[in-house]
Amino acid sequence: MSELTINPGVEIKNSRLEIYHFRLRLAIASGFVMFMFFLLFMRLFYLQVIQQEHYETLAEANRISVVPIVPNRGIIVDRNGVLLANNYSAYTLEITPHKVEDVDALIDELATVVEITPKDRRRFKKLVEESKSFESLPIRSRLSDEEIARFAANSYRFPGVVINARLFRQYPQGEVFSHVVGQIGRINQTELDQLEDDGLDANYRGTDYIGKVGLEQSYETQLHGTTGVEEVEVDSGGRAVRTLSRSAPVSGNNLVLKLDAKLQEVVYEAFGDYRGALVAIDPRNGGVLAFVSKPGFDPNLFVDGIDPQNWKELNESIDRPMVNRALAGTYPPGSTFKPYMALAGLYYGKRRPEQTINDTGGFNFGGHYFHDDKPGGHGIVDMYRSLVVSCDTYYYMLANDLGIDNISTFMRQFGFGSPTGIDLTGESAGVLPSQEWKMKRFGQKWYAGETISVGIGQGYNAYTPLQLAQAVATLANDGVMFRPHIVDYIEDIVTRNRTVIEPKPLRKIDIKPEYLQVVKNAMIGVNKEGTGAQAFAGAGYVSAGKTGTAQVVALKQGEKYVESRVAERRRDHALFVAYAPADAPTIAVAVLVENAGFGAAAAAPIARKVFDYYLLGKQPTPLKTDEEHSDGTAD
Amino acid sequence: MAPLIRRATRLLTAHIDIQLLGAILLLMGVSLLVIYSGSNQSLARVSSQIINMLVALCIMYAFANIPPHYLMRIALPLYVLGVLLLMCVWQFGEVVNGARRWLHVGVTRIQPSEIMKIAVPLMLAWYFDRYEKTLKVSNYIIAAILLFIPVGLVVRQPDLGTAMLISAAGCYVLFLAGLSWRIIVGLAVASGASLPLLWPMMHDYQRQRILTLIDPTLDPLGSGYHTIQSTIAVGSGGILGKGWLQGTQTHLDFIPERTTDFIFAVYSEEFGLLGNSLILFLFLLVIARGVVITANAPTLFTRLFGGAITLTFFTYAFVNMGMVSGILPVVGVPLPLISYGGTSLVTICLGLGILMSIQTHKKLVQS
Repeated sequence: MSELTINPGVEIKNSRLEIYHFRLRLAIASGFVMFMFFLLFMRLFYLQVIQQEHYETLAEANRISVVPIVPNRGIIVDRNGVLLANNYSAYTLEITPHKVEDVDALIDELATVVEITPKDRRRFKKLVEESKSFESLPIRSRLSDEEIARFAANSYRFPGVVINARLFRQYPQGEVFSHVVGQIGRINQTELDQLEDDGLDANYRGTDYIGKVGLEQSYETQLHGTTGVEEVEVDSGGRAVRTLSRSAPVSGNNLVLKLDAKLQEVVYEAFGDYRGALVAIDPRNGGVLAFVSKPGFDPNLFVDGIDPQNWKELNESIDRPMVNRALAGTYPPGSTFKPYMALAGLYYGKRRPEQTINDTGGFNFGGHYFHDDKPGGHGIVDMYRSLVVSCDTYYYMLANDLGIDNISTFMRQFGFGSPTGIDLTGESAGVLPSQEWKMKRFGQKWYAGETISVGIGQGYNAYTPLQLAQAVATLANDGVMFRPHIVDYIEDIVTRNRTVIEPKPLRKIDIKPEYLQVVKNAMIGVNKEGTGAQAFAGAGYVSAGKTGTAQVVALKQGEKYVESRVAERRRDHALFVAYAPADAPTIAVAVLVENAGFGAAAAAPIARKVFDYYLLGKQPTPLKTDEEHSDGTAD
Repeated sequence: MAPLIRRATRLLTAHIDIQLLGAILLLMGVSLLVIYSGSNQSLARVSSQIINMLVALCIMYAFANIPPHYLMRIALPLYVLGVLLLMCVWQFGEVVNGARRWLHVGVTRIQPSEIMKIAVPLMLAWYFDRYEKTLKVSNYIIAAILLFIPVGLVVRQPDLGTAMLISAAGCYVLFLAGLSWRIIVGLAVASGASLPLLWPMMHDYQRQRILTLIDPTLDPLGSGYHTIQSTIAVGSGGILGKGWLQGTQTHLDFIPERTTDFIFAVYSEEFGLLGNSLILFLFLLVIARGVVITANAPTLFTRLFGGAITLTFFTYAFVNMGMVSGILPVVGVPLPLISYGGTSLVTICLGLGILMSIQTHKKLVQS
């Protein structure tokens, strides 16, 4: 239909028809223009009117970046202000792995500028595996001024690598407090999920660390503080242009402990090369004066993320330094159980103090002969003597007379078999055997014969050193039991307000004072003329105690335990519980020394050193001087 | 004395179209405001653009004074020169950003595809005018070939944006010259049908571009980023805009090419729908004046060339604003008379000068 070819050859320049056709086409084109501009206008109308709010939000999200300001973590000090956990600021060299193509090559290159040890590399590698790729992770911490200067001069060579000033946690007392203070570590996925579930994740924005064990964990909410927020305007490169608003962070609260750092050190030294645990409690209020589990570990290793080699060593050590023996280790109490057995005998009217038995070397029950520790027996024994010489036969008989139900009912009152409620997590409940317990645990009924060895603290009995300490503190405090607590008060760093952890009496055991007096007298006798006498000879105070020995391996029928014949790790544990001064006790301890044999020999002398130091200020061995932290930036 | 001055003034301004000039100057005024904001208040950038504008206005004035039939004389030589230069580019061109677009000539370098934006419609208009009395279907075929040669060469560079603008200019001439509706509809159907066939032949990055166009969020940090950010800028401007120099997308560097290809995003963010209505109105004013001039043009050549210039101007404006507001793919097309940069400004003003020339030399031809 090409109109212009209708009349070929006819020369009509600018014919009306031609112009008409052209103008028609032009009109169509103009209509097209109008239509397209209308479309464009509709699009602009849609964006700027209908969707305006949506795009406004997006533009604001582009513009405003909310930067968390991490609060300073509260510090932890002992009762005298000795630092147990504090912060220092240091410069770290950090790599953001996802911004770097070849991390290994980059680290090689970095090593030419700052020192990077193989340990740093291993630690970094582990961090990379554990973290999300968009985080920046430290490859080196505590850079020297010279290293900072050298890196700064070369920083153009290292995109994705930055220097950051950060606060670091430090544990000046090292392994001595490792099982009390615990440590912080990098937040892992499980903890992150938990924080989200608790609705706390906002308060942890920007925070890399969280309390992992010990007080660092149990008082995490107090120590962490409140994260501040800074709203900054950023450009497309993420650079802050100006601050729009700022809410300051609130520092975490400080913890002031009941613990005495010097006493703790005395204990740690007193153990020598032995493994074990000691808990010292102020019986009047439940305040924990010393809390030791040995061996410990250096918590400072964990702060930056532990390197795999150290981790392996700690985990695979036969000494199991990561296990908190005082809190989670359960041991048969051995003869330290006897004072409570004696109390139970009085309570249920099964024994009178002056009532005697004749110990001829053992007790026969149902065809099974239960040997006394002393061949041939202790002869005529009353209640006082039974404790002073630690006569097994007396308690075999007593257990048999009481029966397992009475024993477990009575012992429960002293806290055996239940968590003490101390302000640390991960506490074991131990095992207080009963008919019900055995049915639940093994699906078997209780045999009367099993009651006999329970009477001397063996059998199924298993308690933590902390429970033993709480029980003896309760006894010392005439049956008033307190919840043990390590923290004395929580201090607000700004207002200096103190939140005191009030002593919380858990219960008052309903037992006649004269019965308590009988047992307490006997325990004084132990340290004066009995199994504890040697350890406490010449002490400048009157103390009360009870030795104990816990079998690690059950002996075969008729087999005699000879220490020298038993491999070191299978030797008996030595135990000792004590309190002092006897008339008005201010300290009660439970000592457990693993594989040390007889309790009087290994455990009682440690208790003596504790009392000597605590009551008389005597330092048994020259103590190593406090290591001043060499880092000048410590605050 | 006074009549002398009046006569001189009349002589000097005889070939200026006041309506067109008014709209142009208003758009240039807007341009300077937006360039000032988009360049983070760089007076250097603004003054440099003022110089560009003065040069462009001089060229416009010059071309307004050249009678259209002089242009007819250079149509063929300019076209041949352009094609030769494009071939040189193909052979010896300098590669910048993966594309071969530039040619070194002595001290400077030129982009021959820019010349073709004028040369192609000029050539086609001249061609149709020459065979006006004996137009046959074969003439359209030859015209299509004349169009295809430079477009093909530009596509090869590759510079799809410029190729599209050149072919648009050529197609406008073909359409206005009376290309049969049957062929138009046939081509439209054929190209529509060939799209599914083309898809498998495309490069991955080309497909990616098309997919990103349909949904920019597919590649928010890559090729979709510019579109997403400019759309946010436009949308967040709202009805009244955030105010001059107050655009956050602009001043915090979220918009790329703020004074050149994406200048419309800056304008939209700061002046809102109200400002956009104004700029659309000003563009329509230019186009409407062009249509009126074209409708009254005396010869086929001036009609076709004037129409092509007017519609190309529209195409520039529409493609750029469509790209910024996220309905067209990102192609390097500046917003006419607004974007910073001398080359496009000169090309546009040259075209508008020719429009003025067509309008003011009408009587000469008729007489």
